[in-house]
Amino acid sequence: MALDQSFVGRSYPPTRPYEVGREKIREFAEAVGDSAPAYTDAEAARALGHPDVIAPPTFVFAITFRAARQVTEDPQLGLDYDRVVHGDQKFVYTRPVRAGDRLTVSTTIEAIKSMAGNEILDVRGDVHDESGELVVTAFTKLVARGAEETSSTSQAGGE
Amino acid sequence: MSAKIAYADVESGTELPPCTFPVDRERLVRYAGASGDFNPIHWNERFAKEVGLPDVIAHGMFTMAEAIRVVTDWTGDPAAVVEYGVRFTRPVVVPDDDKGAEIEVTGKVAAKLDDEARTVRVDLTVMSSGQKVLGMSRAVVRLA
Repeated sequence: MALDQSFVGRSYPPTRPYEVGREKIREFAEAVGDSAPAYTDAEAARALGHPDVIAPPTFVFAITFRAARQVTEDPQLGLDYDRVVHGDQKFVYTRPVRAGDRLTVSTTIEAIKSMAGNEILDVRGDVHDESGELVVTAFTKLVARGAEETSSTSQAGGE
Repeated sequence: MSAKIAYADVESGTELPPCTFPVDRERLVRYAGASGDFNPIHWNERFAKEVGLPDVIAHGMFTMAEAIRVVTDWTGDPAAVVEYGVRFTRPVVVPDDDKGAEIEVTGKVAAKLDDEARTVRVDLTVMSSGQKVLGMSRAVVRLA
């Protein structure tokens, strides 16, 4: 069933602050196998002009995706999350996320489209720090595959 | 910010040093823990096959994280990345053997965007098992 177009433009309340820890950044950098010193060594980060260790560019997705559950689990929207795949992802940075940040995410539904039996949902997450400054915006495209399509080997959102 | 590559030293077509990133089951488990994405298609072969996948697949966000390393290693400062986007076109299939899979990333400067801001667009090509796994993989990068 088509998603309700009246949800386009809907914003959800900001999430509770997520405090970015040095050791969480280290864990993430090690998980992706990236030994860049700016992620684990505060001195190295300072030498690049950052006040503390910074997070790899995609680190913030863990926070914005959790916030996007407000959308994907909104009973009024009624998205069938079992059919959802991640189509596109984009980040626009004001500055890198860094240790000590207390980040909140404000999530907005930017667009809802139907295409070839799929429902395509564009969700924007604006990530602010404690002082209210915008740190990064995450643009997430979610594709709910048509119910008749059971195989997920052909990933939705292809060019 | 202090990227080690100077805007004046690159032109449209400048190639970034390519890199290949191995990915095996252990790495996917680590990434699941670090990212909080415990979707079983990334660690449970039985479940992955039940939903029609050929095998366990890597997290799309893991592939996205690896691909940008070609840019962050090149600039020397990860903060040089001011914009980064990808399209997840094909899954990276990760078999349960001693080798796993490989993610091969090449990148080149596609355009110089702004002489004042010293920004360039880098286009990335991201392959696994001979197939393109990310589409529209682009970063805007601020150089020195």
